[in-house]
Amino acid sequence: MTALKVNGLLRTVDVDPDTPLLWVLREDLGLTGTKFGCGAAACGACTVHVDGAPVRSCSMPVSAAAGADIVTIEGLAASAGLADGALHPVQAAWIDLQVPQCGYCQSGMIMATAALLKKTPRPTDAEIDDAIGNLCRCGTYPRVRRAIRKLSDTT
Amino acid sequence: MRRRTFLVGSVAAVGGLALGYRAWTNAFEAQAAQLVARNGETLLGGWVKIGTDDTVTVYVPHVDMGQGTHTALAMMLAEELDADWSHVSAERAPGEKAFANRFLAEGWILQGWRLPVFLDGAIDMGFGEVARFINLQITGGSTAVRFTGQVGMRIVGAAARAMLIEAAARRWGVSAQELVAAHSIVTHAPSGRSQRYGDLAADAARLSVPASPPLKPRKDYKIIGRSVPRFDIPAKVTGALQYGIDVQLPGMLAATVKAAPVHGGKLASVDPTPAMRIKGVERVIALENAVAVVARGYWQASRGLAALEPVFTDGGNGTMSSQSQAAQQDQILGAGGSSRHKAGDADAALKAAPADRVIEASYRVPFLHHAAMEPINATAQFKDGRLTVWGGEQDALGSKAYLAKVSGLSAANVSLIALPVGGSFGRRIALTAQHLHQVADIARHTAPQPVKMIWSREEDFAQGAYRPAVASRISAALGPNGMPTAWSQVFIDIPGPGLNDGFLIPYAIPNQSIRSVTSATHVRTGTWRSVAHSQHGFWSESFIDELAAAAGRDPFEYRRELLAPASRHRRVLEAAAEKAGWGTPLPAGVGRGIALVESFGTIVAHVVEASLGRRGVPSVHRVTAAVDCGDVCHPDTASAQIEGAIVMGLSAAIAEEITVERGAIVQKTFSDYPLLTLASTPPHIEVHFLRSEGPWGGLGEPGLPPVAPALANALFAATGRRMRTLPLIAAAHRAAG
Repeated sequence: MTALKVNGLLRTVDVDPDTPLLWVLREDLGLTGTKFGCGAAACGACTVHVDGAPVRSCSMPVSAAAGADIVTIEGLAASAGLADGALHPVQAAWIDLQVPQCGYCQSGMIMATAALLKKTPRPTDAEIDDAIGNLCRCGTYPRVRRAIRKLSDTT
Repeated sequence: MRRRTFLVGSVAAVGGLALGYRAWTNAFEAQAAQLVARNGETLLGGWVKIGTDDTVTVYVPHVDMGQGTHTALAMMLAEELDADWSHVSAERAPGEKAFANRFLAEGWILQGWRLPVFLDGAIDMGFGEVARFINLQITGGSTAVRFTGQVGMRIVGAAARAMLIEAAARRWGVSAQELVAAHSIVTHAPSGRSQRYGDLAADAARLSVPASPPLKPRKDYKIIGRSVPRFDIPAKVTGALQYGIDVQLPGMLAATVKAAPVHGGKLASVDPTPAMRIKGVERVIALENAVAVVARGYWQASRGLAALEPVFTDGGNGTMSSQSQAAQQDQILGAGGSSRHKAGDADAALKAAPADRVIEASYRVPFLHHAAMEPINATAQFKDGRLTVWGGEQDALGSKAYLAKVSGLSAANVSLIALPVGGSFGRRIALTAQHLHQVADIARHTAPQPVKMIWSREEDFAQGAYRPAVASRISAALGPNGMPTAWSQVFIDIPGPGLNDGFLIPYAIPNQSIRSVTSATHVRTGTWRSVAHSQHGFWSESFIDELAAAAGRDPFEYRRELLAPASRHRRVLEAAAEKAGWGTPLPAGVGRGIALVESFGTIVAHVVEASLGRRGVPSVHRVTAAVDCGDVCHPDTASAQIEGAIVMGLSAAIAEEITVERGAIVQKTFSDYPLLTLASTPPHIEVHFLRSEGPWGGLGEPGLPPVAPALANALFAATGRRMRTLPLIAAAHRAAG
């Protein structure tokens, strides 16, 4: 049994310790907002926060996440101390600028952005490029950058 | 033949068709109402439901892959209905024949019965004329707004509005002419009476649906043309939206597969033992051309699959490579080919031209992968003689028909629950739906337990349905003034769903001979965003640029002179040039390129500013787009579609390439098939719409075809080097090496 703290709740799961965190979140805990994209940490669709840092959960064994504070897209707003049903500022900016197209990569984009802005509230373009390596096939990048710029101008 | 054409015999037959069509429509409206209307709800015209609480629900026969079609189509219907937009929502129409998209069929009727080839197989030719349309519920061909919206949703909205007004007129004993509808309320000004749609809908449903209600002129639009917030976005930022891959069912198992790496190969043998030793693995299934591992979860299944050493045959294709295919294509490009378009006598004009006035060039494009972010997956359950499949398919009814065929069940015993899809770009249509066949086979073994099959990213790359790798050779003769007098072209066609009339050029060249030769490939090919326009746009717009250079003319002015004054094409070209500041100075090493392509009823011109980096990596600084798609329903979504197409087009043009060695696909995942990233996306992308009186065009695809040639032309302007092979990064390397 592995004990995990996910979105503020303690959960125990009966899985092999080398199972990637992604599949534990999706299949054992039913948190399907975190997406499978490549399984090789190349696309970022599976990005979650582990102790505040953006992590590609497809390539982190669940044993490495045991005891850590894990936040998924479902718990992002609450992790910032916001009430149930409220939107995290990054989510609100994403709606404001109508960023998503198919939306599949956006959980990861939003998680990567939230982690970036928490650490670096006013990132340079180079810092944005560095932090947001997430792939989007619909081509929402121009809006992603605009949304991040907008968020960093208002912080 | 410009497109595959199917004709309904004679004019008389068309008359009969119209009558049959009406009867067919009425029968389905009743069925549709049964499917979706509950207590207190009324379905009007077969597609819009009105509740006693005034809520308006629009049923949309398209999957929303991010194009915003649900919002746009609801807007078009609500506009004509004069509905209160704050109470309007959209739902995906059930994958049932009652919700077959007859508007697509009507759109094609209006276009002269030219059926896009990507629908082959989606339509059962065994039925009578009318029933040919029965399986239509596809999303593709940039058809949602221009067909479903224009000849469907707007007319349904207007018809429902007329019915609601008529119901109020009868209730009050007044003439319908005295009534006004607005914000979901019918008002009789002389008497001061008014009634909400919710109170009128049940009466309205008893009236007959008017066949051709008048539509609003553009000046009266209240909803169309506004960038209202898209319906689909909130659930996409909270992680709440359930895509196909997110389906969770009680007792569900997980599966993953590996199919013969050489397309056309079969599974020869597999020893299941190593997989069965892995905890959580439940069974290994030998399929005809693949092996599947079923386990408790995806991770266990994928570990089980990795432990296997399946032996596949190569179907006789094990020696094929990208090089051998290219060599074979080069050989047949010399052949005459069959005529696809002819004007004047290009051969004679070329023979008559002096040798130094004849320009010739060859172009080549690679296989391209869709690489949607959601890997191919589907969930299936066999239970009580029925097959239910959950998945994000572009083509719900076509996929359902395909499932019935491969499972041997009658269509009545097959259900397809179409779910949101995490990108598709032409990949997930019934013609290239081998994953549905696989999941149906696997579910037969796990019955009655449901099973979710997910392809690894590596399998998604290995088993794609790629944009074909093809080539073209073009020659032209220039007259004394430098303008072309003849255009003679031969290009490769790969038989399959990816054909269209993208080879036509918009320029006034008096002698044209455009021919195709057919080349076979064992590699599965399919419909990739913009289909054959993606290659035709590249070579046609590169070659016209070469002609301008040979004539010593500015490439914008040269094109402009070849377009009719006041034509839509010319206006679009001029707008792109003007907005981009064509002719203004650029930093050293930066070039500007332009390209113009019409596709799916929309004309797009891009101006790209780019330079070539030291390691041969093209760097794009700015893209300016001008677009004429007739009218624009939702400006912000329309812009987003063009922005996205520019990003995808740049990604493909710069670095994407699927290659084949020993018959198999070489690229395994994103690390050897690099997509454009945020960092490499140009900082300036501008999209300008020109509203015209032309018919509404599509928007999902037309932004893509002019991207590659505009970039190649910009690099030529920057470096003097003409790159005739995609991707450009490889061409740049070759030139440098």
